[in-house]
Amino acid sequence: MALTREEVLHVARLARVGVTDADVEKFQQQLSTIIETFDVLRQIDTTDVPPTTHTLPLENVMGDDEPTDSLLPAEVLLNAPQQQEGYLRVRAVLEE
Amino acid sequence: MPELYNLTIAEAQGLLSKREVTSQELTRAVLKRIESVDNRVRAYVTVTAEAALADAAAADQRIAAGDAGPLTGIPWCVKDVLMTKGVRTTCSSRMLENFIPPYDAHVVERLKAAGAIAVGKSNMDEFAMGSSNENSAFFPTHNPWDLDRVPGGSSGGSAAATAAGECIFALGSDTGGSIRQPAALCGVVGLKPTYGRVSRYGLVAFASSLDQIGPFTRSVEDAALVFNAIAGQDKRDSTSAPLDVPDFTTALTGDIRGLRLAVPKEYLTDDLDPQARDAFMASVKVLEDLGAIVDFDLSLPSTPAALAVYYLIAPSEASANLARYDGVKYGFSPREGGTMWENMEQTRQFGFGDEVKRRIMIGTYALSAGYYDAYYLKAQQVRTLIRREFDAAFDKYDAIVTPVTPTAAFKIGEKTDDPISMYLNDVFTLPVNIAGLPGMSVPGGFATVDGKQLPLGLQIMAKPFDEATLLRIGHAYQQATDWHTRRPQM
Repeated sequence: MALTREEVLHVARLARVGVTDADVEKFQQQLSTIIETFDVLRQIDTTDVPPTTHTLPLENVMGDDEPTDSLLPAEVLLNAPQQQEGYLRVRAVLEE
Repeated sequence: MPELYNLTIAEAQGLLSKREVTSQELTRAVLKRIESVDNRVRAYVTVTAEAALADAAAADQRIAAGDAGPLTGIPWCVKDVLMTKGVRTTCSSRMLENFIPPYDAHVVERLKAAGAIAVGKSNMDEFAMGSSNENSAFFPTHNPWDLDRVPGGSSGGSAAATAAGECIFALGSDTGGSIRQPAALCGVVGLKPTYGRVSRYGLVAFASSLDQIGPFTRSVEDAALVFNAIAGQDKRDSTSAPLDVPDFTTALTGDIRGLRLAVPKEYLTDDLDPQARDAFMASVKVLEDLGAIVDFDLSLPSTPAALAVYYLIAPSEASANLARYDGVKYGFSPREGGTMWENMEQTRQFGFGDEVKRRIMIGTYALSAGYYDAYYLKAQQVRTLIRREFDAAFDKYDAIVTPVTPTAAFKIGEKTDDPISMYLNDVFTLPVNIAGLPGMSVPGGFATVDGKQLPLGLQIMAKPFDEATLLRIGHAYQQATDWHTRRPQM
């Protein structure tokens, strides 16, 4: 199944990846080729086959509710692109 | 005696404990080797010479005090996907080019406690996505056996460093073959443990239902020594298995008489290069001569679907895991104006390379409304079938043996424009991750290509948490062959 230009733009937007016109053309072709290889799955009968999300049969792993050391604010902010007064600085989310 | 930098762990440990060499001498020999060959191999993104020499001095004191373990004083190389406190951890991505972790990965902590000496961080395919190291945002790594060829990937730097004498051992991560495939192409041992055996705390996540950490070494014995040090439950990774860890060196008996091995038909396809087939068949003959019983009648019929299953599940998980790179908390961020969303799109446009973007987009597509059932859910159902076929096989057989790759190392640039042809490198390694099995690559012969000798690998798979059988078979094989003792001439 070939992806349309609009589908590539839609996926790029969902993934929040900025793309140029040249990128869209390149990814349209490459992603279409990759998605075509998925067709092999359609021929496999999976009636009543449960999905595997995880190969290790562990469920509800619990930890003890005990205080432990955590990173200091300065360590957490060590790699922040922008910070102010001990907080991460973000761009305005709400617009007027 | 080989050069110090080409010793195995076991050999180096012998010299250290007899005080015939110090960890400082060993570490200096490795650092000097890096200085002399890494401008050609490009295995390292960061070399931490000063810290390594200080650690080596501490290790020498520990050895003198009689407080040494098997890894004390041994120089090793850390794939740059593992967090190292205070040392830049890039994932070979512009996104994390200047990222300094505030803590160590669990495996790094373990090896520090064991007294091993980290000498640097190795180059890789960006965010561990790739099979050639050409997806590094910085530079490609070269195969020490032929510098015009790739070392494999995504842990290509760790494999090349181990092969070229730029460390004594290394750690890598394996999501679809990223330890075993480069180990095969560089002629070293690579072990991908069972899913859940080694804590991923501090491993930068790619595909969380597939990722595992494991060693690169020059012998199976060394792989057992490193694996002993890193295996076991860790409360900080809730997917690490609450199982006891045996001493894996006890598996190194050299005796595989009566073991039942199988070669699945689906791995001897026309895609397998004739030289790779010959080398593989010769390896099987060695195992038979050692007393193993080999059956060629096994069929794992869902094998041809593994590539599609992998390239749906891994990108889907990656698209969620890599959502964290938003330019706010850490990592690359364009500081120009624009709205929050524009800024985030720019962060990811300029911070990620093409292969990472392709996989994020494939995963986003597979998980998006209208496609989830047809792609993602279907892939998870076929994943169940693949696992069931392996479970049934391991009721009859102790292990499965296959080639690691369809061909020896290919040329740099040969496959970069064709993602599918690149993905096909991993057809023999992906099923192990999909089923959550342990798998190991051991040096299994050479192909002669353009007058150059290029290594090939023998892959051994076993049932979950039975790494001991892998190590037992691999070690016996190495008692009867000398492929693993050959080193590239540089």
